[in-house]
Amino acid sequence: MASQAPTLQDTRATRVSGLRSFFNMDGVAQALVWVAGWAIVAITAVLVFELWMNSAETRQKFGFDFLFSTTWDPVNGDFGALPFIFGTLATSAVALIIAVPLGIGASIFLAELAPPRISDALTFCIELLAAVPSVIFGLIGIFVLVPALQVMVPWLKAGLGFLPIFSGAFYGVSILSAGVVLAVMIVPFIISISREVLMAVPRDLREAALALGATQWESTWQVVLPFAKVGVIGSVFLALARALGETMAVTMVVGNTPKIQASLLAPGYSIAAVIANEFPEAGGIQMSALIELGLVLFTLTIIINGAARLLILATETKGAK
Amino acid sequence: MAPSACPKLKSIDLNFYYGTYKALHGISIEIHERKVTAFIGPSGCGKSTFLRTMNRMNEALRNTRVEGQLLLDGEDIFPMEVSGLRRRVGMVFQRPNPFPKSIYDNVAYGPRVNGSVRRGDMDAKVEQSLRGAALWDEVKDKLHKSAFDLSGGQQQRLCIARALAVDPEVLLLDEPCSALDPIATSKIEELLFELKKICTIVIVTHNMQQAARVADYTGFFLLGKLIEFADTKVIFKNPTKKETEDYITGRFG
Repeated sequence: MASQAPTLQDTRATRVSGLRSFFNMDGVAQALVWVAGWAIVAITAVLVFELWMNSAETRQKFGFDFLFSTTWDPVNGDFGALPFIFGTLATSAVALIIAVPLGIGASIFLAELAPPRISDALTFCIELLAAVPSVIFGLIGIFVLVPALQVMVPWLKAGLGFLPIFSGAFYGVSILSAGVVLAVMIVPFIISISREVLMAVPRDLREAALALGATQWESTWQVVLPFAKVGVIGSVFLALARALGETMAVTMVVGNTPKIQASLLAPGYSIAAVIANEFPEAGGIQMSALIELGLVLFTLTIIINGAARLLILATETKGAK
Repeated sequence: MAPSACPKLKSIDLNFYYGTYKALHGISIEIHERKVTAFIGPSGCGKSTFLRTMNRMNEALRNTRVEGQLLLDGEDIFPMEVSGLRRRVGMVFQRPNPFPKSIYDNVAYGPRVNGSVRRGDMDAKVEQSLRGAALWDEVKDKLHKSAFDLSGGQQQRLCIARALAVDPEVLLLDEPCSALDPIATSKIEELLFELKKICTIVIVTHNMQQAARVADYTGFFLLGKLIEFADTKVIFKNPTKKETEDYITGRFG
């Protein structure tokens, strides 16, 4: 036996020697992904820690009143977050009201009705739109959307002016303008993700509905959309997260006025916008207030993500899957 | 060719194209009422394509074209309103494809979407359809559970029940047992003997023994052509065409 030619095992062993035996490649790869995974956790933890530590001054001075006070007075050192929380939620809500029907409608068209070539071309354009820097959207907001709204708002007031949300004077910059700009920014996310999700619905299921005498629309609405529901909801929440944190485009058209007003036509302010605007000149307790605002925004996002998870879980158990 | 006075379905010189590829070449056939007709042939021979032409399901695919006539009770199906046609000509697919809904809602889907059953009669209709598919006894205590909780064979019978709920005149089955085990398969085959009392059945199958067991008439497809169509006994015992004989004796395909 000993005098025989090397077996397969022997040759493999000699080939592995050298670089591969010196480094245990499997171990290296595992270590790399382990580090990458935990780095995400570490970054988040450091972020929360820094926000928490650096907002100590205002946290101690105002406590929970910070969340409910409407005063923002850097001169006298009196700070409250409510106008910014309101502005952030209101602009995002307006954006969702516009973007969700538009985005889901467009994704249904692209996934179900449009010929493949047109669908692919349009999707490419939409994905380009998602890559446009937000400052560009802000400029479009100032130069195109605001003038357009100035033409349209009088009609809106003529029809719906009795509603408090459409009362008062309109000067162009407002919660409504910021909401519309945000809607344009987030609609590509909803469209491109929802389209993927709808296209992943098995053809079998559509055909099952059609074979029972359902029309194309009934099959889409009653079978395809419910099947894709979780993914579509996911796309909406991803878009919402983007809207909540959007800074540049909002600050350019929202009016930057820390007030809570019923009318969407009135100017407002958002958390991200005030941080960006005031941070360069802030010091002392104002710095602390802005950092606490950052903490509030972070918490808001976590709450909304949690709500999204719950919603998905709820619909999953209720739906038959 | 075993002609009958009034065939349930009759195709006249039917051609079908996927883009420029001609998948069916001049198919002419008569499907007899309340009989089981089986289509056999190797993969890609056009038997499924022809089946899916009978309820115009191929129209859900893009870039397809059909020529010729297909008559249902003497009336051409192509000018018909398509959802009305599909209510009369039901279909069961290769893989069980229940909706992600409860068992009850799966069966009730067709009557609801067509408005063919009054709300108060729905329970009875669901029970009747599930009995028709020999599934009632297995699911009567869990009608509101998810259809996905059922086994593959039960899911396929649920799909049959779902198709029966709209009272189809013709039931098309596209290799309904290819994803099932032998026991589930034999249940479906037994079911076909009951179903042919109430409707006309056309079944596509890869399994020649299955055709021999369940079908009254059998058609053999090859390369998009209907080579031979006759009484099942004739096809399996005494085929007139050489291609048919080669295929059923296992010399190719």
